[in-house]
Amino acid sequence: MEEIRLSHGGGGRLSRQLIENEIAPLLKNPLVDAMEDSAVFSVEQSRLAFTTDSYVVHPLFFPGGDIGRLAVCGTVNDLSMVGATPLYISLGLIIEEGFSLEDLRRILRSIRETAAEADVQVVTGDTKVVERGKGDGLYINTSGVGVIGQTLRPDISNVRPGDMVVINGPLGQHGMAVMTARRDLGFETQIPSDVRPLNHLVRAMMIQGPGVHALRDATRGGLVTVCHEIACQSGVGIELTETDIPVEDPVKGACEMLGYDPLYVANEGVLVAFIAPEALDRILKAMREREDGRRSTVIGRVTGTPQKRVVLRTSLGSHRLLDLLSGEQLPRIC
Amino acid sequence: MKYVEEFRRSGPVKNLTERIHRSAGSDPLIFMEVCGTHTMAIARYGIRELLPASVELISGPGCPVCVTPQQEIDRAVALARLPETIVTTFGDMMKVPGSASSLEFEHGRGADIRIVTSTLDALVIAGKNPDRNVVFIGVGFETTAPTVAAAIKMAKERHIHNFSVLSAHKLVPPALKALSEGPLKIDGFLCPGHVSAIIGIHPYEFLPEQYHTACVISGFEPLDILESLHLLIRQVRDNAPGIENQYKRAVRKNGNPVARQWMDDVFSPCDSVWRGIGMIPDSGLKIRPQYAGHDILQRVHLEVEPAEEPAGCRCGEVLRGVIRPPECPLFGKSCLPETPVGACMVSGEGTCAAYYRYQSWNAPLVSETV
Repeated sequence: MEEIRLSHGGGGRLSRQLIENEIAPLLKNPLVDAMEDSAVFSVEQSRLAFTTDSYVVHPLFFPGGDIGRLAVCGTVNDLSMVGATPLYISLGLIIEEGFSLEDLRRILRSIRETAAEADVQVVTGDTKVVERGKGDGLYINTSGVGVIGQTLRPDISNVRPGDMVVINGPLGQHGMAVMTARRDLGFETQIPSDVRPLNHLVRAMMIQGPGVHALRDATRGGLVTVCHEIACQSGVGIELTETDIPVEDPVKGACEMLGYDPLYVANEGVLVAFIAPEALDRILKAMREREDGRRSTVIGRVTGTPQKRVVLRTSLGSHRLLDLLSGEQLPRIC
Repeated sequence: MKYVEEFRRSGPVKNLTERIHRSAGSDPLIFMEVCGTHTMAIARYGIRELLPASVELISGPGCPVCVTPQQEIDRAVALARLPETIVTTFGDMMKVPGSASSLEFEHGRGADIRIVTSTLDALVIAGKNPDRNVVFIGVGFETTAPTVAAAIKMAKERHIHNFSVLSAHKLVPPALKALSEGPLKIDGFLCPGHVSAIIGIHPYEFLPEQYHTACVISGFEPLDILESLHLLIRQVRDNAPGIENQYKRAVRKNGNPVARQWMDDVFSPCDSVWRGIGMIPDSGLKIRPQYAGHDILQRVHLEVEPAEEPAGCRCGEVLRGVIRPPECPLFGKSCLPETPVGACMVSGEGTCAAYYRYQSWNAPLVSETV
C-alpha cells in the first residue's frame, strides 16, 4: 500500500506503523527513538524538553474551547508529561484565503488567555496564507520548550509491576465535544471539551517527591492507546477496572449511539499517571486538592503478566483485551 | 443511563450465570448467534468466559457486510469510478476488500464517496446535487431494508430521479434454514433482536418444527444475552424447542407490519450469493420493476467479473461456524484489521474482528507486527 490513508492520522496502529516504519528510520537518533511526548536533552547545565504538535481540528470552535486553546494546551501538556516546566511556545499559522478576521481575532485572544493560564509565553511564530480551497480554514502548529529541574523525571523506564494507574478526570469529553459540535449530527446536548493546561497539576504531583513513575496525556486514541504504549515499551501488562473508570452520562450516551468506546476517545485535559504504590495516597491527595484534579482516581494497576497486554476487567467480572485501534475512530478531533 | 446500565449490573449477571451453570449439564451444547451486534457484544463483555465448559457459543453469518460477495464490492467500486457519481454508504462498507480495491481506497484516490448514517441522508444528498447520480449501497438484513424501501418510495413520489440503490440486501430466515441443513449440529439459535423487531416471531417457527432447534430472540445487553442463553438451555434440557421472545421491550409477536409492507412494495425475494456460503435460494432482495428508475442495475451497465475468494481465506467456514477465527491460518498474521484478507476481519461486526479485538490473548500484538 503506497498511499497515505486517513487512518494513518488516527493515533492507532496505522499511525504507529507510519512513524516506526517510514519516519523514524530515516531520522534515526536516540532522542527520536525514545518516542516520548517531548524530546529531553541537556544543553550545558540545563536539561531541556522540546516538543511540537499540529492542529487540524474541525470545527475550529467547539463547546469548551477552540483550536487556539487546544494549540497551547497540547504543547504545554506534552512538555509537562516529561516533567518539564513549560516556558516558551512558538505559533505557526497556515490560514486559508477568505478566513474571517474576526474568527482569527477570537482564536488569538483564546491563545493569549490560555498562555496566561498556563504561565507560558508565545515568543515566536510564522504566518502563511494559502489560496482558497487549499487550507480548510486554519491549521496551527505549536512548538514548545521547557526546563526540567528535578533529577528524577517521569520516564517510561520507571514503570514496574505494582504501580497504580491514575487519571485526573472523566474520559471522552474532548472527542465527543468535537463530534457533537458537527452540525450534521443534530445532537441537542452540549458536551464540553475538557481542554486545559495540565502543567500546574503535574507540578503539584511532582513536588510530593519521587513516586510519579510515568505520565502521558490521553489525547488521540484515548486512554487505551496510552496504556498500550507504556505496556509495549516497558514490557509490562496493565489491568484496568471498568467500574472505576469515570465517564459522564452524556459522553456515554453519545458513544453508545455512535458506536464509539469512551476508552479510545480523545481527551485534552486528562493525564494518565503511573504511580508507585507507596506514594499513591500522598499524590492522590495533592491532586484532589486542585480543581483540575478533583476527580482523580485509581483505575487500574501494572501487572507482571500477561506482558505487553492491556486487559479490562469488565463490570461483569469477565475480561477482555483492549487492543490498539487500527485506524481512526474519529477524524480530525485535534 | 436508561436501558443500558440496568442490563449490565453485576448482581443480576452473577445470578443468571449461576443459574446457567446449574442448568447446563455436562452434555455439550452448541448455540449459534446470527447477528453481528451479538457477535460484538458477546466478545466485548467476555460472555464466553462466564459460561460453563459444556456450552459453546459460536458466531454465524450475522454480519451483512461479511456475507456480501466480493463481486458486490467490485460493483460498488465500479460505481465509484463512474463520472458525476456520488456513492453513499454505511460506514462499515468502506474498508471491505473487493478483488482489487475498496471504497476507502477509491475515496483516497478522489472518488466522491460519503458515509451516511441513514438512507434518507443519501436522498438529501441527491436533492442537493441534481446534476450528479447518487447511489446508495444497500447492504443489510431486514433491519435496514425497510428504511431503504422508504427512501426509494420517497424518491419516486418526489421525482428525485438521480437517486438509486444497489440492492445487496439479504434475509435471515433462509440463511438459518441453510445452516440447519449444513453439517454442524446446532442445538439452538440466539435470534437477532432487531431483525425480529421487523419480522416478528413467525418466520422462525420452522426451526423448532422441522429441525428441533431451540430459538430465543435476544436483546444485546449482557443480561439479555445471558437470560436468552438460560432460556435456550432450558428448552433443550426440557426437550421442548420453541421460539421465545426475550427482547420484549423491542420485539412484538407480529413484528412491524408497516415496515414489512414497505419492504414488500419495493423489493421481491431473489436468489442470493452469501460470501463463503454460496447461493441460498430466495435469500436476497431485488428491486421490483415499478421502481426500476431507482435500481442502479437497471440504469447502468456494470462489467464486473465474478470474483474468486483470496487464497487461503477461510471466511466461509468461519461464517458457518465450522471453524473459530484462530483456526484460520491467516488470522492475526496476514489477515489483520488494517490489512484484512476477508470481510470477517474488516467489518465492524465481523466474527474475526470481534475475536481479534477483544479475545485474542495469543495473537501477535501491535508491537510484534509493526
